[in-house]
Amino acid sequence: MSTTNGMIGKSVKRVEDKRFITGKGRYTDDIVLPLQTYACFVRSPYAHAKIVGVDLEVAKAMPGVVAIYTGADVAAINGVPCGWQVNFKNGDTMKEPKHALLVEDKARYVGDAVAVVIAETREQAKDAAQMVLVDYEELPVTVDAAKAVKPGAPLVHDLAPNNICFDWELGNPKEEVDQALADAAHLTTLEFVNQRVVPNAIEPRSYNAAYDAVSEKYTLYTSTQNPHVIRLLMCAFVLGIPEHKVRVVGPDVGGGFGSKIFHYPEEALLTWATKNINRPIKWTAERTESFLTDAHGRDHVTKAEMGFDTTGKILGLRVKTYANLGAYLSTFGPCVPTYLHGTLLQGLYTTPKINVDVTGVFTNTTPVDAYRGAGRPEATYLLERLMDLAAHEMEMDPAELRLRNFIPPFDGVEQPGFQTQVALQYDSGNYEGVLTKGLEMLGYKEFRQKQQEAAQNGKLLGVGFSTYIEACGIAPSAVVGSLGARAGLFEVGQVRVQPTGKVSVFTGSHAHGQGHETTFAQVVASKLGIPMEDIDIVHGDTDSVAFGMGTYGSRSLAVGGSAIIRSLEKIIEKGKKIAAHRLEANADDMEFEHGQFTVKGTDKSVSFGDVALTAYVPHIYPKDLEPGLDFSSFYDPANFTYPFGCHIAVVEVEKDTGKVALQRFIAVDDVGNIINPMIVEGQIHGGVAQGVGQALFEGAEYDSNGQLTNATYMDYCMPRADDFPLFETATQVTPCPHNPLGVKGAGEAGTIGSTPAVVNAVIDALWSGGHQVKDIRMPLTSERVWRAMQTPVNT
Amino acid sequence: MQIKVKVNGVDYTHEVEPRLLLVHYLREVLHLTGTHVGCDTSICGACTVQVNSKPTKSCTMFAVQADGCEILTVEGLAPNGEMHVLQEGFKEMHGLQCGFCTPGILMTMTDFLKNNPDPSEEDIRHALKGHLCRCTGYQNIVKAVQYAAAKIANREEVPA
Repeated sequence: MSTTNGMIGKSVKRVEDKRFITGKGRYTDDIVLPLQTYACFVRSPYAHAKIVGVDLEVAKAMPGVVAIYTGADVAAINGVPCGWQVNFKNGDTMKEPKHALLVEDKARYVGDAVAVVIAETREQAKDAAQMVLVDYEELPVTVDAAKAVKPGAPLVHDLAPNNICFDWELGNPKEEVDQALADAAHLTTLEFVNQRVVPNAIEPRSYNAAYDAVSEKYTLYTSTQNPHVIRLLMCAFVLGIPEHKVRVVGPDVGGGFGSKIFHYPEEALLTWATKNINRPIKWTAERTESFLTDAHGRDHVTKAEMGFDTTGKILGLRVKTYANLGAYLSTFGPCVPTYLHGTLLQGLYTTPKINVDVTGVFTNTTPVDAYRGAGRPEATYLLERLMDLAAHEMEMDPAELRLRNFIPPFDGVEQPGFQTQVALQYDSGNYEGVLTKGLEMLGYKEFRQKQQEAAQNGKLLGVGFSTYIEACGIAPSAVVGSLGARAGLFEVGQVRVQPTGKVSVFTGSHAHGQGHETTFAQVVASKLGIPMEDIDIVHGDTDSVAFGMGTYGSRSLAVGGSAIIRSLEKIIEKGKKIAAHRLEANADDMEFEHGQFTVKGTDKSVSFGDVALTAYVPHIYPKDLEPGLDFSSFYDPANFTYPFGCHIAVVEVEKDTGKVALQRFIAVDDVGNIINPMIVEGQIHGGVAQGVGQALFEGAEYDSNGQLTNATYMDYCMPRADDFPLFETATQVTPCPHNPLGVKGAGEAGTIGSTPAVVNAVIDALWSGGHQVKDIRMPLTSERVWRAMQTPVNT
Repeated sequence: MQIKVKVNGVDYTHEVEPRLLLVHYLREVLHLTGTHVGCDTSICGACTVQVNSKPTKSCTMFAVQADGCEILTVEGLAPNGEMHVLQEGFKEMHGLQCGFCTPGILMTMTDFLKNNPDPSEEDIRHALKGHLCRCTGYQNIVKAVQYAAAKIANREEVPA
């Protein structure tokens, strides 16, 4: 594509920054509507309890109370839907219990909403909520996915025997994989937990719903990553309100990381209630409420086995995972451990036989869904832990082991894409390239020498590798439809050229930190040859943007950007016709560059601005052409995109305490073509911090009663500035062959690659001291690492 | 109760409920919504403002406790539209993504720079400990502070 004004590949400073650094951002909780009321939810303090009765008498008499609703009031309303259907191996559909807006019979996790109080002020709503008297009868609780499927475990939903939502498998027939592993010279087995983590966007979820009785129209302001999806799900599946009567706005959103993709019960409840009281209702979660009710991530219990021949070639991989789905199915809950996890188990390797078996399990815990990376971090953790462990066990070098197993380079144009054993076809890749670059940046030989010297001096240094791949740019609609998605996954991009030549772009992608207002403007500026100041990127409002599927899965530029490109192509094509008419030339003879329409081989040209004006003042104008210069496109990609990379961690483990110090972190990522390197690097930094967070600090801890024991920032260890060294980053570029920008997506790479690199580094440090440890459960606290070192030393 | 405060150079007198938090006073009475609430427990730092020039977490202070105080919020950092050098640093070094935690960090680190004109990376990371940012991994926030420190000292070099 045209890069005439050099805007592509340039670290342009972000246009959105000014409002944020001057305090002029507009997040949902900043919005106050006339006659505003405030909601406070009454939530179950028990993980599993029958609701015997709810006494509202005292609460209703409290000052400022406008209305109180309980489960009985919304019993006739549908629950929030699940957007992805996964089938049992035998073809039966997954078990899908109602996820009610307020529970009527039973509370199934701590935080399940039993009632909502609406009052004149936030404080009055809180006061009255405390006086709602709920009579609970405690029931037995199950929290661990692997235990919940055992006979006799308490049942979360009567319709799901043994708490099984689905059992699912993918890949080669199990017998073939069993045989491959039986034939292997070496079998590496790892049983591990990929622990539950809490997304923790710093802006808590916030909603403000309003109803206009005259137009009969609803407006919902919501801290969401995908306003159109919320409108679609809420209107069509929950409330039965026609979409044209609902406007959903996702204004500035303070981080999402997946947790703001989903349609939550509170959104539909407030939208339903606002009509009843005919006043706007606002609710903003407090932090503990966020911990308890934002969908969590990960939580897999897995046994993985990988077989190798005598040269270290992988012969097969067998995986059994119990995936904790929580108490209800969140919007994409079933898709994460299956189609976003099982499908990535080819990794970067030529593994000829793979079988993955996943059981989705209900428990009395907060629902689990996509969290930055969503399934792909779990797959990468599994594979990359196996690779480093196998290298230790076979006394091979972990980098060499990878090089022996990598899929050879392919560009997806001259060489075809790589067909995996687990459904996907990779688009393009050069996997050796990223590892080689990473090893160079590390100074691998020198490091190993240093490590040996350190070990002799009683110090434990370790290096950990992770060479990852992810499937992004979700997705071709037909493919995801065949895999169980209950929606299409295209994107919409509209380009409206104003009469003055200024450009408004309407995108169905939604920015909540990713900098689309800058990156997308760079793309448009480059293609049209106009200054960035002449371009405005509009997103996040269903009344402005025709349609959209939103932002997740690193899809915005690959899918949303491509939709904009399609519209720009239509603009230029029409512009050529208008310009040709003005210049009395043939449209086929026109070329467009540097913002000028020129008759090829001549100096006859008109500017983009002149053509824009002519389109709206069509006095000298082709007879068969409509006025105006405004195009919309729906882009449905041909394939997923497959970013990949190599992450390397260097740690020192303190012998006496088990304390881990992350000394270096190297990230070499290949995310295809790059529009704004500064923004890509920022995405990598943030992703790495989250992935390191899971490895070393974070984990949702439920006790046996189903209480989330660390539901505050006092108790849940969030990574802080002094936990990290300066990350060393580099990129390699293998363009995506099937989208017009050649981009693959950068939003999740850091989180996907980093976690196993850090854990591998700690384990490598322990092996360097003779502790042949297979696994330490994340997060790697000092205590856990210290305990791991108390095993006998093998000399 | 009646309180008198000066916020961003403007005097205010208001009747407030004794339990009204300072952050809610700023956001809902004065409509200064640049100060955010991230955790209600003074851990995340999104609510940080300066009370009598001292960085203070406004989610754990009552408005009545601020009676008679001078308060500076993020809206007061660039009173004439000319950005504070640290604000400039955040933009130049890509020190923010979603922007939610940014105002609080600005209020802490502008004060930090006053007392630490030539901070090391370690000093900066230590000073940031009272703030959570989930987007940036902190690296470019560190660089933004280094940028501002260099500018303040009229040094040529700015962080890469």
